[in-house]
Amino acid sequence: MSLRRSVVDHGNSHVGAAIPTGTRVAPPSQEDLPGVLLRRQTKPVARSIPKARTGVEGLDEVTGGGLPAGRPTLVCGSAGCGKTLLALQFLVNGATRFGEPGVFMCFEETRRELAENARSLGYDLDRLERRKRLLVDYVRVERSEIDETGEYDLGGLFVRLGHAIDTLGAKRVVLDTIESLFSGFSNASILRAELRRLFRWLKDKGVTAVITGERGDGQLTRQGLEEYVSDCVILLDHRVDEQRSTRRLRIVKYRGSTHGTNEYPFLIDEDGINVMPITALRLEHPASRARVPTGVGALDQMLGGAGYFRGSSVLVSGTAGTGKTSLASHFAAAACGRGERCLYFAFEESPAQLQRNMRSIGVDLAPHVASGLLHFHASRATMYGLEMHLATIMKAVRDFAPDVVVVDPISIMSSAGTASEPMLLATRLVDFLKSQSITGLFTSLVVEGTGDPRSEVGISSLIDTWLLVRELEANGERNRGLYILKSRGMAHSNQIREFLLTSRGIRLRDVYVGPEGVLAGSSRVSQEARERAGALVARLEIERQTRQLLRRRRALEAQVLALRSEFAAEEDELQRRIAEARARQETLGKDLAAIAASRGDGAATPATASRRGSRARRRVEAGA
Amino acid sequence: MRPDVWRLRLYVADGSPKSHLALLNLQRLCEQHLAGRYKIEIVDLRNNPALARNDEIVAVPTLVRRLPSPIRKIVGDLSSDERTLVGLQLK
Repeated sequence: MSLRRSVVDHGNSHVGAAIPTGTRVAPPSQEDLPGVLLRRQTKPVARSIPKARTGVEGLDEVTGGGLPAGRPTLVCGSAGCGKTLLALQFLVNGATRFGEPGVFMCFEETRRELAENARSLGYDLDRLERRKRLLVDYVRVERSEIDETGEYDLGGLFVRLGHAIDTLGAKRVVLDTIESLFSGFSNASILRAELRRLFRWLKDKGVTAVITGERGDGQLTRQGLEEYVSDCVILLDHRVDEQRSTRRLRIVKYRGSTHGTNEYPFLIDEDGINVMPITALRLEHPASRARVPTGVGALDQMLGGAGYFRGSSVLVSGTAGTGKTSLASHFAAAACGRGERCLYFAFEESPAQLQRNMRSIGVDLAPHVASGLLHFHASRATMYGLEMHLATIMKAVRDFAPDVVVVDPISIMSSAGTASEPMLLATRLVDFLKSQSITGLFTSLVVEGTGDPRSEVGISSLIDTWLLVRELEANGERNRGLYILKSRGMAHSNQIREFLLTSRGIRLRDVYVGPEGVLAGSSRVSQEARERAGALVARLEIERQTRQLLRRRRALEAQVLALRSEFAAEEDELQRRIAEARARQETLGKDLAAIAASRGDGAATPATASRRGSRARRRVEAGA
Repeated sequence: MRPDVWRLRLYVADGSPKSHLALLNLQRLCEQHLAGRYKIEIVDLRNNPALARNDEIVAVPTLVRRLPSPIRKIVGDLSSDERTLVGLQLK
């Protein structure tokens, strides 16, 4: 595919790798993609252990397919970090989506409390129990009610669990929180031995078990369960930094499977747990050659004539009030106008305010909102930690499935975290959107006076297209100029265009570069007037010269005419004389011939004729 | 049945020595302290698994004093007479 485009501008620079003519680039199809990612994450299928899917958003990706099937998994964390919720989702999803009934043995909450919690997620445990997809057994152990004498074991527990599993044909079991037994019974060594026995027994039963444990000091769980449950250990963390809470999940151990070892932030909302996997730091994004209009025709022209690449990332930087949001709104409106879905994250203005402001420049977003193509997601950036923002954004993107996304502004993230975090957030967001082939437009506030915008948070290296809106200050007024700092993979203009917000939208005009430099606004106006005047003068001059030429030509032609007529008169005269001379000669000849004839001496030679002729002529002349 | 008859239920779940020991100890103590006014019931949870959940049995052997109320639970093979009697409130 060649990159020949007709570019109208005078100057253009070609940034990025040009694809040589004749090479065809075929991106992996959308269906291939998940398979590609999964295959890269786990070893080839033959060597990977069977896994039980959890159905928890993002967790199955991070674990490469789910929890180890037929094995116990330990989920530990401090109080309130989501262990019970994770276990519950695992069980309910198994029962409703994957055809695996489950048993929930709860040691802390009563059945009623658990059902209440489940209802907030939209789970109806009673109904599931009636349909024999689920069984909840609340194990009540009250130390004050029990006396211990001598040896015992937890056979009753085994019986209950075994009975429940057999009744349902359960393939999944949750024990939450089995460490509660330690507060009910005093003989810790018996309990430990029994727990070891229990986990072996669960394995023999072939059920996938989730065991929850409370975080201990210096060890993963208070009672050291991690010694017995060694197939898979997941740690949940809930931190509060500067009044903002962040939840993170980490796979401490997963025997027999490769897994992500990082901390993954997650959200808990009305749908349950939502984990954000980092799937795409491998830079395996497909690259589309399709283009997406910017919403401003002149800007499309500056970008090689067609706009942004689909699935690329666009950054619009500028100081306060330069019109970044306006550019973003044009982009959104253009997308919706094509029937595409746009998700607009507003972190500074309320959607209502934004829409009102945009109406003043002729961009009406209301019909798009009404039709459901445009969806605003607004929150104060300082409300959450960065991970929560990222998680919220990713979840909203998953739920809404947009074609384009606007984050306005993305720079405000720096107020929500420490110095290195905005970069991390931005990287993951850009990666995530690219992996979904969603075109992302981000606005960024540049602090005035820092001069070179390239000194911004290194986000610019992630960005494919970077637009800068700058103040042009001259002659006592400020105007705005837009230019393209870079745009990978396409020829783009290197000209600064004057950027105007009119009541009919954004307009771009060529700036003037006069002797004083770049001119815009009133300087441009006066310069334009001067140039118009100059053009007028030049035109008049041309006309004058042309007239003069015409006059001279006419004069010349008149002269020629006169000369010709004079010559014609002369010619006539001379012709007449020639004719006379000829006539005389003729006459003379005739006379001589007559004389000769009358003399009768034969032909008169011209010589003699002339002698005689001259005598005759003299006589004739004398006589005439 | 006389109202002051003790009703004792021993839950077992296997034929282990612990269970036998518990039974033997129980019978001995009952003869010693409750002669003629006790009734021992043996529940093998292997045959009656649903009762484990209904009666909230976790450990075995578990001895439950059902009458007189309140219900008392004693877990173990009852090898300590002292503790057993205290638990049954016979001491």
